[in-house]
Amino acid sequence: MDPHFAITDQVIDPAALTAHCRDDTAGGFVTFEGWVRNHHEGRSVTGLDYEAYAPLAQTEGLRVLAEALDQFDLVRVGCVHRVGFLDIGQIAVWVGVSAHHREPAFDACRYIIDEIKVRLPIWKREHYTDGSRAWVNCAHCAKHAH
Amino acid sequence: MTVTIHYFAKLREERGLSHETIDTEAATPAALYDELAAQYSFSLSRKHLRVAINEDFATWETTLASGDTVVFLQPAAGG
Repeated sequence: MDPHFAITDQVIDPAALTAHCRDDTAGGFVTFEGWVRNHHEGRSVTGLDYEAYAPLAQTEGLRVLAEALDQFDLVRVGCVHRVGFLDIGQIAVWVGVSAHHREPAFDACRYIIDEIKVRLPIWKREHYTDGSRAWVNCAHCAKHAH
Repeated sequence: MTVTIHYFAKLREERGLSHETIDTEAATPAALYDELAAQYSFSLSRKHLRVAINEDFATWETTLASGDTVVFLQPAAGG
C-alpha cells in the first residue's frame, strides 16, 4: 500500500492513523509520537508554532517514507506532521510502521523520524514563559544530522 | 525576469511578507538571496540555508527562469 504522509493543521488522531497501518500480515507495529514539551535548552516553553513549506514537505516526506519501504522489510508506513500553534503535551508528529516482524519496524520508525527532523522544510517557534518567542534552529538541537 | 519568493519563519519576519513577486537581474538563487539579504538586512547567512525552486530542492547555482518560485529554507526544525 502507498505510504501515507500528510501535513495537517488538525489535531492528530493516533487511533485513526494506526488503523491505516493495520494489515493481517503484520505481526509488529511501532509508532513514534513527538509531543510538545515544556522545556528547551534550559528555558521554559509554553507552546510551539509549527510552520511548513507544505508542497516540499509533502514531497520530501513521501520520499523519506519510500526510502524506509525500500530499506526495511515493512508492510505499511505513515507519517503526519501538524502545523499551527500547539500547546504543551500535544502531538506534533506521528510515525507508524507495521512489518511482519518487530525488528524492521523499530529500525524503520527511528529512520523515519530522524530523517523527517533534518530534511523537511518545517520550522518551529517556541513561546517562553516570559512572553518572548524564538525560532528554533535544529542544526544544533538534533542529535542526528547529515 | 520575474520570480516569486515565499518566505517562512525568521525570513518572513525579517522581510515582513509571506511572499512577493519581483523583477530581478539575479541569474541564480545565490545572487537573488545576496541581493535580498543586502536590501532587507537578513540576519541569516546563505551558508546556513538551502534553496528550493518550483517546489523542490535546488542548488544555489541553478539558473533561474522567469516565472520560477523560490524559497530560501532555514535549517529544518520539525518534529
